[in-house]
Amino acid sequence: MSSLQFDIAHLLAGSLVLASFMMLYQDRLYALLNVYALHAGVLALSVAWQAYVQHAPHLYVTALIALVFKAIIIPVALHRIIRRLGIHREIENVIGVGLTMMAGIGLVALAMVVMLRVTSGADALAREDLAFALSVVLLGLLIMVTRRNAVSQVVGFMSLENGLVLAATGAKGMPLVVEISVAFSVLIAFIVIGIFLFRIRERFDSVDVQALDRFRGERR
Amino acid sequence: MTIDALEAILLIPAFSAALLAILPGYPLTAKLNVVAALATFLTSLLLFVIEPTSGQYLLLDDLNKVFIVLTTFVGFTASVFSASYIHHEIEIGRLTPAFLRFYHAMYQVLMFAMNLALIANNIGLMWVAVEMATLTTVLMVGIYRTHEALEAAWKYFILGSVGIALALFGTILVYMAARPVVGEGMDGMVWTVLVKHAAQFDPALLNVAFVFLLLGYGTKVGLAPLHAWLPDAHAEGPTPISAVLSGLLLNVALYALLRFKLMLAVNPAAITPGPLMVTMGLISVIFAALMLYRRRDIKRMFAYSSIEHMGIIVFAFGMGGPLANFAGLLHMTMHSLTKSAIFFAVGHIAQVKSTQKIADIGGLTVTNPALGWSLMLGVIAIVGLPPLGIFMSEFLVVSSTFARAPWLTVILVLGIIIALGGLFLRIGPVMFGEPKGNTAPAEASYVPMFTHLGLVLMAGIYLPPVLVNSFQNVAKLLG
Repeated sequence: MSSLQFDIAHLLAGSLVLASFMMLYQDRLYALLNVYALHAGVLALSVAWQAYVQHAPHLYVTALIALVFKAIIIPVALHRIIRRLGIHREIENVIGVGLTMMAGIGLVALAMVVMLRVTSGADALAREDLAFALSVVLLGLLIMVTRRNAVSQVVGFMSLENGLVLAATGAKGMPLVVEISVAFSVLIAFIVIGIFLFRIRERFDSVDVQALDRFRGERR
Repeated sequence: MTIDALEAILLIPAFSAALLAILPGYPLTAKLNVVAALATFLTSLLLFVIEPTSGQYLLLDDLNKVFIVLTTFVGFTASVFSASYIHHEIEIGRLTPAFLRFYHAMYQVLMFAMNLALIANNIGLMWVAVEMATLTTVLMVGIYRTHEALEAAWKYFILGSVGIALALFGTILVYMAARPVVGEGMDGMVWTVLVKHAAQFDPALLNVAFVFLLLGYGTKVGLAPLHAWLPDAHAEGPTPISAVLSGLLLNVALYALLRFKLMLAVNPAAITPGPLMVTMGLISVIFAALMLYRRRDIKRMFAYSSIEHMGIIVFAFGMGGPLANFAGLLHMTMHSLTKSAIFFAVGHIAQVKSTQKIADIGGLTVTNPALGWSLMLGVIAIVGLPPLGIFMSEFLVVSSTFARAPWLTVILVLGIIIALGGLFLRIGPVMFGEPKGNTAPAEASYVPMFTHLGLVLMAGIYLPPVLVNSFQNVAKLLG
């Protein structure tokens, strides 16, 4: 692999981590969705580049799914749902932005330390990709735990899933990647349909998950 | 012939799911659901006469035979119970025929997904199957569309999704570890190939992979502290689904974990998964046992009891060795049978009394003797009193591990005793207290309940040598 190819792959995977960081400090739902669309777009580019570098045409399908489904359809659908449900646009963070960013940096450092150490045998591209992918996964988890809003938790989950797709495409020659990304898309579609069909707002009065805690899982 | 029976246990549920999704008539679909589940169960029995095989996607060996037969059997009895359960739900208008169509189709999809997870020889395929099973159960938990049901489904959804996401990361890492040795492509995900070559895999990568897999599939097993979805999902969904969740789905996730444990065992330089599993198992047992004391909802209480028993099973498998594995396997079977019987009884009781609150149910042995005494028998079995099957399996777990790790076993026994106290304390008034609530006789289907309890009783007194042999083979395989 030429160093240019490696550099571009590196750049794209790094951008994905950066986009995850951008999601961490968004405090409006629409803005969060836009950053998520960017996140998915970067993923599509990254996967397409891997498809080109690895001469693996089936990965173009995954890239296409990422572009059409995740970067366009899902954000648009969520936009409409948010508008129709009339959810107020402020996102309540459990902890402050500064602290969240610090935690994010800590998680990325952790991902680097763990992954680079254990993959010393693998080739450079796979190593870096895996380290970035784990960072994206951990940042996705962080987004999920620092948000109280159900929609932004879903967005956090979707960014986590983008990290998994990055890892799967980075693992050279991994079979079933397309199938797995399709399975994940089905899962996400279910979540989004679920938000709409279950009419979380109507049922729960608010999409703020904290309001759900009234029901502590125990009938009194 | 060989592949036929193996494929049939996938094709029957898949075909029935499609059929049930199309057919509108309600009483017919409930019967068809039972017939399909019975056909799957009978086909699974054929697996015992055919030779073990392994292909790129499917695998049949002694380990999954036991799981498949158990899954299809409980799937069948739960479908019988389900038919009478939903009859009542339709009458009181909690479910409409449209939802029922969806429910039956999902039931078969769930059976398909669980069977697929059990016979998959491909770790990617196994992951997809577990994901599919999660999705279908999420939809079924939320089927009543009440505030509580939707919240339970949502919680299950989010936690389950995170769990399976972590499991996928672990799966990818396993592939990464395998790639330098077995080469690129499909072989790197075929379990039989992986096990053959696991000794040469990079141990560091395998270790990290296992941690992710343990967290991921462990969430689905319901191990503390990853169990938060489990009580809600059990309490708010339709009771047949609670029975299937507790009796089967937890086992399927455990099965996935065992497959990876086997793979790690081949590599001498990798961590031994045992201590991790033992620790999580013990935490689950103690935690769930303590939680039993403050339960107000009867289904939720038995959900915590499931966490406790999964803890015991994981503890046994974590300790390893032929005897502890045998005990773990027996305990898993006994728990599946007993817990689903309990849920069958609880389902009818909650319908008769139209409540799940423990405080509002009383004097069952007087008002509904058959249901009350079956539940009592189930509780006596589940807390591990002789002469029922769980006593025997718990005794085996304790006796096979005591010599090796006396202190750990003492903690385990303590947990079991705490759980016994909690369950009896809560169930006492329900059984023998002042009669409360509706005292109308129940229209219940007793056959599934009595069959399960009968089997558990029989296993406590006499284990057929065929069963012992096959369990011993599996225990040896598990190392």
